[in-house]
Amino acid sequence: MELILEQMPVVLHSLNIGFLQTLKLFFVTLIGAIPLGLIIAFGSMSRFSPLRWLTRLIVWVVRGTPLMIQLLIIYYFPGLVLKNNWWGSGETGRFIASAVAFIFNYACYFSEIYRGGIQGVPKGQQEAGMVLGMTKSQIFFKVTLLQMIKRIVPPMSNEIITLVKDTSLARIIALQEIIWAGQAFLKGSQGISGAIWPLFFTAVYYLIFNGILTVLLGRLEQKLDYFR
Amino acid sequence: MAILEVHNIEKHFGATRVLEDISFSLEQGQALAIIGSSGSGKTTLLRCLNFLETPDQGQIVVQGKTLFDAADPDTQRESEIRKKRLHFGMVFQSFNLFPQYTALQNVTLASQLLAKEQPDFKANKANILADIEVHGKELLAQMGLADRSGHYPHQLSGGQQQRVAIARALALKPDILCFDEPTSALDPELTGEVLKVIRSLADQKTTMIIVTHEMAFARDVADQIIFMDGGVIVEQGDPHQVIEHPREERTKQFLARYAEN
Repeated sequence: MELILEQMPVVLHSLNIGFLQTLKLFFVTLIGAIPLGLIIAFGSMSRFSPLRWLTRLIVWVVRGTPLMIQLLIIYYFPGLVLKNNWWGSGETGRFIASAVAFIFNYACYFSEIYRGGIQGVPKGQQEAGMVLGMTKSQIFFKVTLLQMIKRIVPPMSNEIITLVKDTSLARIIALQEIIWAGQAFLKGSQGISGAIWPLFFTAVYYLIFNGILTVLLGRLEQKLDYFR
Repeated sequence: MAILEVHNIEKHFGATRVLEDISFSLEQGQALAIIGSSGSGKTTLLRCLNFLETPDQGQIVVQGKTLFDAADPDTQRESEIRKKRLHFGMVFQSFNLFPQYTALQNVTLASQLLAKEQPDFKANKANILADIEVHGKELLAQMGLADRSGHYPHQLSGGQQQRVAIARALALKPDILCFDEPTSALDPELTGEVLKVIRSLADQKTTMIIVTHEMAFARDVADQIIFMDGGVIVEQGDPHQVIEHPREERTKQFLARYAEN
């Protein structure tokens, strides 16, 4: 116990730096996947059937295979197969490759949530807007959008909380996020070696951050509770 | 001159013919009731008038102006259809109120959006919006809902929701107000309050088309009645004559089935 207290300042400093990278991957993924998911959702609902089937095929593949494999393929494929490692060898390259894999993967999950949200708004809402002389964009922004958001908040909250934990998968390509930072003390880093508690301690970071997210998303859900 | 003339409307869904050779006319201030069993094409006819469906054949003429002609693509331009819809108001069977808006906001939303398109909107914004709100409140009061203007749809009973929907349709001052089975989604004890409102609109000489299963109501309120079956008009005329002394065999059968229930 005394030893842990002694190691604490060094470990926390390292974990903080790692968690910063975790947070960066989390937010970049959200910022990229939220709009990309909408584009994919429109593709999967397109009236042009080749586009619709192609989009659904991609979504099926992305959702049907492990994110870890997607990370490995995206990171190693250019260098090993195309003989041109466009990601480079540094931390920046690993981050960009991780971000691409995460954004694409999460966009596919989000697109299905959006599709459910859009198709879940009764057709009568749109028709009521039409007979009142509203334009298509007025109907979307003034009538259906908020109803859609209300429907997607609970499933999106679920995905967002999963994303916080999924960022740890980027460890597989040695992205220096918090798991990587905790693991470093096993092999030895900054005079500490053979310590496993830092790795376990990373769970506290996830737990606290997800606690905050749960409260915030719960508030958003409550805010939209004024209508049914 | 008739306010509405419908000529030879025909509509198919795939290979199924749902409307065939539908023609009728309606005078200003009159109420027309359309009766018939489910699947007879009544609702599709109303949806054609509101441009929610496009007829394959026929013309729709309002106040002498051809709004729709299946043979003339110029009358089917998307950009103009939006304005043409405003000649008609529509009250849906399932109300279709906007759940995120209060009763008053439901009534005023479309008027506000239309007002924004007027060139003088910016200059008189406050006055225009105030007028819209006053008008909305008047309509709700007329529906007996003065004390419900701040309520959201889920806080209202079905009958109250349908009355808000009627106020919402009236807010845009349509030439012809259409009702698609306005009481079919309501419990019997709530039907009366909606019918009462429609009756008072008829007394004020609102031009209306009412698709309904309430035979007694249709007979008492309508100036003209149409009986539809299998997508065609089987019989039309004076309500008392059609309901009490139908000429056609199919009308007799339909009314007899109704009397049994």
